[in-house]
Amino acid sequence: MLDNIYLLIQAPLLNVQILLDGLFVGSIFALAAYGLALVWGVMNVKNLAQGDFVIMGGYTAWLLSTWGIHPIFGLPIAMVLMFGFGWVVYVVIIRRVIDKDMFTSLLATFGLALVIQQLLNLAFGPEVQVAESHFAINSFFDGLVTVANIKFISLLLAAGLAAMVVGFMKFSRMGQAIRATAQDARAAKVMGIDTDRIYAFTFSLNAAICGAAGALISMIWVIQPFFGIGHSIRSFVVVTAAGLGNLPGVIIAGLSLGGAELYSGFVFGAELQQFSVVALLVIVLAVRQVQQRRHRQAVK
Amino acid sequence: MSIAQQKILLYAVILVLGIGGPLIFPNYTFQISVLWVMILFALTWDILGGQMGYNSLGNIFFFGVGMYTCALVQVGLYTDVSVYTSATGGANLRLTPEEYFIGLGLGAFAGAIVASIFAVIFGWVVFGLRGPYFAIGTLGFTLAAGELVGAWEWVGGGGGIALPVYPGPPDERSLLFNFLCFILAVIAFLTVKWMYAGQFGLAANAIRDDEEKAEAMGIHTLRYKTVGWTIAAFFLGISGAIFGNMVGFIEPLEVAFPTVTFGIFMVVMCLLGGKGTLWGPVVGAALFHIFKEVTWTYMLGWQWVALGALIIILVVFFQQGVMGWLQEKWPSRFGITVDENVVAKKSSEAAQ
Repeated sequence: MLDNIYLLIQAPLLNVQILLDGLFVGSIFALAAYGLALVWGVMNVKNLAQGDFVIMGGYTAWLLSTWGIHPIFGLPIAMVLMFGFGWVVYVVIIRRVIDKDMFTSLLATFGLALVIQQLLNLAFGPEVQVAESHFAINSFFDGLVTVANIKFISLLLAAGLAAMVVGFMKFSRMGQAIRATAQDARAAKVMGIDTDRIYAFTFSLNAAICGAAGALISMIWVIQPFFGIGHSIRSFVVVTAAGLGNLPGVIIAGLSLGGAELYSGFVFGAELQQFSVVALLVIVLAVRQVQQRRHRQAVK
Repeated sequence: MSIAQQKILLYAVILVLGIGGPLIFPNYTFQISVLWVMILFALTWDILGGQMGYNSLGNIFFFGVGMYTCALVQVGLYTDVSVYTSATGGANLRLTPEEYFIGLGLGAFAGAIVASIFAVIFGWVVFGLRGPYFAIGTLGFTLAAGELVGAWEWVGGGGGIALPVYPGPPDERSLLFNFLCFILAVIAFLTVKWMYAGQFGLAANAIRDDEEKAEAMGIHTLRYKTVGWTIAAFFLGISGAIFGNMVGFIEPLEVAFPTVTFGIFMVVMCLLGGKGTLWGPVVGAALFHIFKEVTWTYMLGWQWVALGALIIILVVFFQQGVMGWLQEKWPSRFGITVDENVVAKKSSEAAQ
């Protein structure tokens, strides 16, 4: 461990490499976390299947790439398919748990997460998969820092998608209705908004965002049926650290999570990378709790 | 038969089943032992989950802590732990019966104590969290514990530890552990029954219904929550110690901290039986375990899909569970008086 820290000090360019990689994966974490915050804020549903939606999107892009469709074109297809899937999930499950207590939705989506990861495992096997993009890899500083072109493209795509979603929420008629429902569902209903359709659309939009995030993950990182829970926890870390309805916070938290995760993976070794994500969750919750306790409040 | 007589009959049947079960069906001794452990899981989960409304997804953490503490004590009493674990999961340690039972007893005791201490420490951190944050926080530290133990070479890392070999014939061994599990489950049941009957039960239900009001009424909520969790952790610690010895080989992710198997089973069993009732966890655990053992082997990889689907169906359509459903159907059998006015008012509210 100390050797690794020493290495980082000796070769400062290694830091650049890790930070850049953290930035690229962090942007995708932020995207998935934004979807989670959307569903959480509008419908008060804590979606523990968030990460599994991401992995589903990843497998869609990967499957299409094995059929000869480039994963970048697979991304919109994954979004459309996941949108439809989200709608089905809403109608079958989420609609029935939405007005029950919060643990119900958490547990129902946990059951959904189990079903998705096991079905993916049965369909594609437990191997780690990558959707090959066949793009060039650039080297900087005499080959000490290498960045694949696809990572730049994925960062741009993630930023573009996030901008599109934010613009949609702000300016479109549907986005306005979603925001109105989030503020006061009852009042929105009185104003003639079909809240049930808004909920269905919000949940499906989240699934589509996850699908896009998954397609990006499959291009620049790896996917595997059981990686979903890790992505769910990452989304929860980001949302818990940033708070709801705080878009700059989500972006900053997502990027820092990416950096922190890759740094700890480098320093402590790869087998503790997963641990560091979960440990971050516990730390974030503990810090939030101490902050709230000062005001004699609980983290709700 | 009066209700009191029926109760005595019920306890007598359970006692006969508990003692006679493994003698009549010697091939199923291990399954019966696991059934008692499952009942204990459900009972201890329900202390917080059902009675207090603190739905933990990480209670299995204490099970793993107890298991590892016990294993380390058992091995550490007679040999060097790091040498033992480094030899590919442990060379077989041969002990005399006396040494073995002293190790097991001390180990189980230490496991229970260490698990309780962890419960107090973690309780201080997580009891400021409510609802989903509590569930995710507890899930988080259990996952973290599994990963951490898996990377800890001194205790064998991901390879795990083989426990000392039982000094006696295998039949005797399985019977012994079966009775230990049975006795532990009975003690756990009597303990929670006694707890729910007194002040603790009232305070716990008050916390579940409205924590702020309960606190305003002068109930020291943090203390009650910590006590409830510590008692759950105590029993889970002992059960982990016994279970580890019963299986004979422990490793972090599948046996000691099995978050997505046992950790979820305990929640599912409580939901199935009806959470917040005394008998619900027992009924749910029995039903779930029997259902699982009968169907699991025929599903060829689909069993986890079935488990997920079962969770969804239970949560969405059958939230009150078996006992809750029975209570709704025949309230007078459970000593519950129903105020018709309240029911009418509630149903008219629901209609609006």
